[in-house]
Amino acid sequence: MIPQVSSAIGRPNTMAMAFFFGFIAITLAITWWAARRTRSTDQFYVAGRTISAGQNGFALAGDYMSAASFLGIAGLVSTTGFDGLIYSTGWLVGWPVVLFLIAEPLRNLGRYTFADVVAMRMRQTPVRIAAALGTLSTVTLYLIAQMVGAGGLIRLMFGFSYEHAIILVGLVMIGYVLFGGMIATTWVQIVKAVLLMTGALLLTLLVLLRFDLSPMRLFAAAAERYGDGVLVPGKLVSNPLDALSLGMALMFGTAGLPHILMRFYTVPDARAARTSVFVATGLIGLFYLLTFVLGFGAMVLVGPEVIQQVDRGGNMAAPLLAELLGGTPFLGFIAAVAFATILAVVAGLTLSGAATLSHDLWVNVIRKGHVGEREQLRVARVATVALGVVAVLLGITFKGQNVAFTVSLAFAIAASANFPALVLAIFWRGYTTAGAVTSMVVGTLATLVLIYLSPTIQIDVLGGDAAWFPLKNPALITMPLSFLAGIIVALLAPDPRAAAAYARVERQMHLGE
Amino acid sequence: MRDSSPLRQLDRARWRMVLGLTGAMVLVYFGFIALVAYGRPILAIRVFPGLTLGILLGAVVILASWLLTWFYVWWANHHYDPQVDALNRGAE
Repeated sequence: MIPQVSSAIGRPNTMAMAFFFGFIAITLAITWWAARRTRSTDQFYVAGRTISAGQNGFALAGDYMSAASFLGIAGLVSTTGFDGLIYSTGWLVGWPVVLFLIAEPLRNLGRYTFADVVAMRMRQTPVRIAAALGTLSTVTLYLIAQMVGAGGLIRLMFGFSYEHAIILVGLVMIGYVLFGGMIATTWVQIVKAVLLMTGALLLTLLVLLRFDLSPMRLFAAAAERYGDGVLVPGKLVSNPLDALSLGMALMFGTAGLPHILMRFYTVPDARAARTSVFVATGLIGLFYLLTFVLGFGAMVLVGPEVIQQVDRGGNMAAPLLAELLGGTPFLGFIAAVAFATILAVVAGLTLSGAATLSHDLWVNVIRKGHVGEREQLRVARVATVALGVVAVLLGITFKGQNVAFTVSLAFAIAASANFPALVLAIFWRGYTTAGAVTSMVVGTLATLVLIYLSPTIQIDVLGGDAAWFPLKNPALITMPLSFLAGIIVALLAPDPRAAAAYARVERQMHLGE
Repeated sequence: MRDSSPLRQLDRARWRMVLGLTGAMVLVYFGFIALVAYGRPILAIRVFPGLTLGILLGAVVILASWLLTWFYVWWANHHYDPQVDALNRGAE
């Protein structure tokens, strides 16, 4: 017998509304304050490079941890047990790679976008266009998942209609980025990270209080009720190559996400960039450790049947757990946290997309670098509004579609197009314009084609019986392919000028400007 | 072209360090994934009542990420930065 669910979820409740409007009021006040400090392109794109290492650590965490990781993983663990934990670890392991290979060279070599680093000793036009292709593909796919998730979640939690929720998210986000630029975006992300960590820590504590503060008692209770199977790998990893491919996308894709890379320009120097990844890795790792407890806590205390009755995807596990343990006020708080989570990520994505459209394409390709400060800023703001409108339209277009896969697809493109080009440009003297363009174009197109031929689209989305390409995530093939294609093309047609200019890259990478 | 200038030595030292650490991270994570895919009986071993080796190793992956990042930051602060500073002073 399925227990009857009595939950305030989906009915507008005063506490949720209070937290929700409180968050909007605070962040709009921050935006108003930031707007008066956003007069130059440096301030708009990278907060004048004045963000401290600690602040950037929190902002990176706020930029990265999306609703998918907060609600999605807790839901996955609560309904599948151990299998959900595979994601908890996968979402973190890209961060050490970001630190070792990317953060410091990127900070010392570029200004606003990662294309600055790739294009440094190359011909600007082709490299910038190819980099914009990779960036905009990643940003668009990531935005689809965030917007569709936002519409569904806000409807579920506050009872708004799907379209109203999407338009509200779009408007508030455009407000942050358009007026407050990177300064407002940074502080929205910091506030979000603090709220998310506070919410997760409180919820974990409330769960553990029911189990004598012992996670092991909790796991034992889960095994007792739902069988020992919940503590070991289950059906999710039926194909080992699938797991390997997804793992590659998560691990190396993090180091190619444009909105994450852009954050390293907001700090004063490479040392601050280094420290900020250290802080972010600590926060994100702690958060994913907490999802172990949150997920199994929801499984034992709320129950998978109830969770799936409220939302088939399991996304309401954490909110239901909050309501059970802390009543309607705590539910309201967690709902506001989820909302803040989406806004912070969407703002970061839009800003990085706007930077590519204006800095890479308008300034460096169309105007060949001869652009005044005021025009740059105006183009960046037009791009922001355009991307915001696109985000809203994408959200409405994909209403009701299963778009969870677009996040792992975005990671696959980031790992296959942006990451190889960036690594080769930083570490390989022999890299050339043709090689860089090949890496990025092959990486992006191969990923898009293979995902179209994969079971994810052919079977899950289009409802077919078979797929030509066996893997759900193509990174296992496309990332090595992009590296190989770039290296072969560069070896076939060496560019002595680009090689000679590497001395400057080497110097600037270590010693700064 | 073998160049033994201090900058090139610094570059090689950092390159070796970050390549080694990235390799270590790849081993830790894909080792875990390989166990998830092929080592189900191993991960089902009970380390304590209620704690399987699988859950413990999941947490170990997160701890290892922390440890490797911490080690790199420590190395960079104590060995890399002083050399960068020395080179920058020499350049002035």
